[in-house]
Amino acid sequence: MPLYLNDDQQMLQDSAADFMKGEGDVAHFRKFRDMNCKDGFSHDLWKKFAEMGFTGIMIAEDEGGLGLGHMEAGVVLEQIGRNLTPSPFLTTAVAGVEALNAGGKALRDKYFPGILAGDSVLALAIDEGAKHRPDQISMSATREGNGFKLDGKKQFVVQGGSADTLIVAARTSGSAGDEKGLTLFAVDTDAAGLSRDSVRLVDSAMAAHIEFDGVLVDADAVIGEVDDGNTVLKRLLNAGRAGSASEILGVGAGSMEITVDYIKGRKQFDKIIATFQSLQHRMSHLYSEMEIARATVLKAQQMLDEGSSKAEMMVSVAKAKAGKATSLSVKEGVQMHGGVGMTDEYDIGLYMKRDRALQEFMGDVNYHTNLVAEMHGY
Amino acid sequence: MSDLETFRAETAAWLEANCPPEMRQPMVDESDACWGGRNPTFKPGQKEWLDIMAAKGWTVPDWPKEYGGGGLSRAEAKILGQEMARLKCRSPLSSFGIWMLGPALLHFGTEAQKKHFLPPIARGEIRWCQGYSEPGSGSDLASLQTSAVDQGDHFVINGQKIWTSYADKADWIFCLTRTDKSEKHKGISFMLFDMASEGVSTKPIVLISGQSAFCETFFDDVKVPKEYAEGVSSVVYEVNKGWDVAKYLLGHERSMISGGGSEGATSLGAKFADQYGRDEMGRLDDPMLRAQMAEMDIEVLAFRAMAERFGDTFKAGLCHPAQPNMMKYAGTEINKRRHELIMSAGGSEVLEWESEATNGGLTARSWLRTKANSIEGGTSEVMLNVVSKQILQLPGA
Repeated sequence: MPLYLNDDQQMLQDSAADFMKGEGDVAHFRKFRDMNCKDGFSHDLWKKFAEMGFTGIMIAEDEGGLGLGHMEAGVVLEQIGRNLTPSPFLTTAVAGVEALNAGGKALRDKYFPGILAGDSVLALAIDEGAKHRPDQISMSATREGNGFKLDGKKQFVVQGGSADTLIVAARTSGSAGDEKGLTLFAVDTDAAGLSRDSVRLVDSAMAAHIEFDGVLVDADAVIGEVDDGNTVLKRLLNAGRAGSASEILGVGAGSMEITVDYIKGRKQFDKIIATFQSLQHRMSHLYSEMEIARATVLKAQQMLDEGSSKAEMMVSVAKAKAGKATSLSVKEGVQMHGGVGMTDEYDIGLYMKRDRALQEFMGDVNYHTNLVAEMHGY
Repeated sequence: MSDLETFRAETAAWLEANCPPEMRQPMVDESDACWGGRNPTFKPGQKEWLDIMAAKGWTVPDWPKEYGGGGLSRAEAKILGQEMARLKCRSPLSSFGIWMLGPALLHFGTEAQKKHFLPPIARGEIRWCQGYSEPGSGSDLASLQTSAVDQGDHFVINGQKIWTSYADKADWIFCLTRTDKSEKHKGISFMLFDMASEGVSTKPIVLISGQSAFCETFFDDVKVPKEYAEGVSSVVYEVNKGWDVAKYLLGHERSMISGGGSEGATSLGAKFADQYGRDEMGRLDDPMLRAQMAEMDIEVLAFRAMAERFGDTFKAGLCHPAQPNMMKYAGTEINKRRHELIMSAGGSEVLEWESEATNGGLTARSWLRTKANSIEGGTSEVMLNVVSKQILQLPGA
């Protein structure tokens, strides 16, 4: 399969671009930030995501969705990134749905209708410390009656405050670092013993600290097999990492575009500053990095969609490379904007903040670089 | 099975059956490449491999059959490449004729020129070199001065080229000459002539690597006929329109040189961990080196995806015409960094310039060779200028 979008994917890109620009552009983002919205996104917009079919993008056709793959999810996420569109799309429709796709039909029947309608929101309760360390999960799930009792804490649960349901990774056996012994659960946020502290992040998105104090769930809440949660978690992480790589790529592309526009208009020393070779070479280097990052992200998603055994390696390469390229894009963007780049009035700073948050989401450049070394056996 | 799956299976079986075992060993250095030509030097297995592949047209799988190619579709040619890589079959023929002149002739040549020049290239019978740069014309190539004066039925060439790769081993040259001094870009012609012509001489240039792949090439009243046979002109396209051909060809050259970035088929870290030792976790026992190796693995894998995407979009006519410049810039810069890291990992041992243990300083010589990557075929700075102007459309670039 050639490594570019096919006609259908190109059409999807066009409609996602029009949609995000029309309904969820930077002005929309600013509006929700400035009203200090506790959910950080518009539920009306989420309903419109559903009307466009986006919320069902990775749900099978016979279950009411579009039955598409990681590449298509990436196409939508890139436009979200470009426009800084606030939405629970990545956690709900991509990583959350992919986790549920790995589970039984009963759970899918329970949750997919709400997602397809744009009524419900999923969040991912994976991280327990400041850095993403899914292999070190220690939150416990002990057998109790017909189900399990959950105890522990999660953090950086993006959209955790507004979510109806959490995908929770906890230990049913073994200890932190063990390959076996994890189990994934779908836990409704109104469960007794579950408390949420929603906080605003640097990029104005909302994330929650969540405490589980003897939260009881029945056996039906288990996604996949007990003690074999890693199988589900891997799918969730692959989807979330590849998806966030697309979103971050969109952030980098958007930031580069507004910076190119800016330097083409700004005059100093009676000259358009874009005529200076020092800026031209840096901008062209950035273009090169962004192009490579885009190829890498597409390759990872194509491999995931093909079910390649080497997809996981490429997903880490993609998250790392897209992270590096976009980090360069926003830093060069602020610098090339000069003084106005430091102001809230100009958008470039918003891109820098979104990049910072997305860097941390599901593993930063260092995390994935280390994983690539491990997967290569050194 | 689909047609392509059938083709893949048949191709794999054919390669298994026909590729000599020596041609499935990894190449150690540039001397392991087979260049063909009038006076070829073959290592074991090379001639058989060249002949059997040429007979199928698979030295140039996507050229039309009537010009010695395999007539394969894009998808089939890609599969052949994948299967050769998977089975570790070497390329049967290294050739500037295939990489550079061929694409230019296919695009700009007359039917008679294609029939005359392409089949010997495909069969590896004629080895070509490229006469572009001159001592005073490097990045500003179009300022070249080597003159070709019209003398009725022939041209007379005078001047000097430099950085002519393997000019001392080449049979023919495709050469940019000045046919009009009053115009810069519109006074250049793209000419083909025999290196055995009277008045042509070459002198290898010793590089910092100690190797001499490049030559100075001198032309002293070289007579070049206007036609070699009925309709077979020595000028490609038209007199004074050689710059169009050169620009087109530079695109190919740049994408070829950029391929270096993806040469690292195996992970550097995996390779060096055994040599270096591992800690109790099985990790390469030097955390800083390990981190750099992993970063390089990412760069190489990322660039390989880029190369695939570039190839796919280029062939489908979807990529920006200036994209080869970006590829050349990125690929060569990665390759230089990769070799810096290899030297760093090798420590003092790879400094040995002539010992048997280092295969005559191969690692160091390769490292030095890569420094030319971002100079030859257009410097990195020129590549960035082209991207600025043509892709980003920055003003005054």
